[in-house]
Amino acid sequence: MTRYFDEELLELNKKILEMSAEVESAIGNSIKALRELSREKAEAIIKDDDRIDNIDLAIEEKCLNLIALYQPAAADLRFIVMCMKIATDLERIADLAVDIAQRVLEMAGQPLLKPLIDIPKLATLSQQMVREAINSFVNKDTELARSVILKDNEADELRNLVQSELINDYMSKDPSTAPRAVALLLVARHLERICDHATNVAEDVIYMVKAEQVRHHPESLK
Amino acid sequence: MIAAIRNIIEVKNLSVFYGKFQALKNIQLNIQANRITALIGPSGCGKSTFLRALNRMNDLIEGARTEGEVIFDGKNIYGPETDLLELRKRVGMVFQRPNPFPLSIADNITYGLRVHGQNDRIFLEEKLYRSLQAVNLWEELKDRLYESALKLTGEQQQRLCIARLLALEPEVVLMDEPCSALDPVATARIEDLMHELKKAYTIVIVTHNMQQAARVSDYTGYFLLGDLVEFGETNQIFTSPKDKRTEDYITGRFG
Repeated sequence: MTRYFDEELLELNKKILEMSAEVESAIGNSIKALRELSREKAEAIIKDDDRIDNIDLAIEEKCLNLIALYQPAAADLRFIVMCMKIATDLERIADLAVDIAQRVLEMAGQPLLKPLIDIPKLATLSQQMVREAINSFVNKDTELARSVILKDNEADELRNLVQSELINDYMSKDPSTAPRAVALLLVARHLERICDHATNVAEDVIYMVKAEQVRHHPESLK
Repeated sequence: MIAAIRNIIEVKNLSVFYGKFQALKNIQLNIQANRITALIGPSGCGKSTFLRALNRMNDLIEGARTEGEVIFDGKNIYGPETDLLELRKRVGMVFQRPNPFPLSIADNITYGLRVHGQNDRIFLEEKLYRSLQAVNLWEELKDRLYESALKLTGEQQQRLCIARLLALEPEVVLMDEPCSALDPVATARIEDLMHELKKAYTIVIVTHNMQQAARVSDYTGYFLLGDLVEFGETNQIFTSPKDKRTEDYITGRFG
């Protein structure tokens, strides 16, 4: 039996996909802006963030309406509530892209402290984790979601590498490098936070599909 | 304080036949004391038959035959020594449509007690007060106790029927669609009453209103074509049912 309600759910799904596309391009652009230290690209990202915020609000409103009007249960309920949570994580990812853009504005016009090695790796990883988390949502693919969650450690390690290098090799040897080092440190931190939010999305996908709670229990994934 | 969880009724391999038609197939289910158990499912799938099996009301239906056991208070109620009058006093039933006797409000409450041989006036008055108080009707009706019960609103009549049952001090209250003849506000008030009653009684309710089952019950059982497809905590059934058929029914894809 097809239900009118399914059309409503489809519409919600479309909004999440629309938001996902915007968020993916925000991260992609922020990483490009970082590589090129492009003031122009950074400013565009900051400006575009309003659009993502608006989709986030629209998704939240849609979810609240569906819950109030249809009293959904079981898989329907899990889908709607997880859409609400996923939208929040996507919105935070977009905010982190803005944060990276702001660091780019701070660094633009001065030479880079050092050639970037681990930060581009972390950037690639964060982009990949976000893309795969979104794909796991689209395809209700819990295996892919699981692999996203397992990558989060790698992100933490890269962030730690960047941090210890910047502190030990630059800031403690020459305090005048601090402003530029801190900006890079923050970029690493923003990228690692993006990975955390991608992990949240993946965890929500597993709950949505299998009604299994894996949050705070990474050992259950092994 | 709610007593520790215990099974007040244990249903074992229960099958009910109407002539050749098998209405219930090998049902296994425990009813926990001081909890509300809701039975949901499409029409004609065995919910009401199951409910009636718990106090042998199916005996009243011609051609009905029961197999299996319903253990209540350590004894199979289908055993030969069961006193039906006593059983139905301890496991009472509230029906879909309120069915007050065409008597005064007071007599509705005391009638059953008098049938059971109680004639002490002070005892009966005390019971009248306590029973009406328990269903929150005392304040409303204390000045109209000798008016006909048939003058009451549908909701008041249904409350009166519950009070009439409580006067007999049952242990289990069976409710067969108790709100289907009531408007939403009256329904909400009966549901609130159920929450209060479960402190002292065990309730088993059959309902077509899934949201009602979700709101009032602690445990939910889903019946389909005479089978108990799934039974579990209401929270679990409504957020993560294990059986695809339960999922389809709960989400309105079927039924």
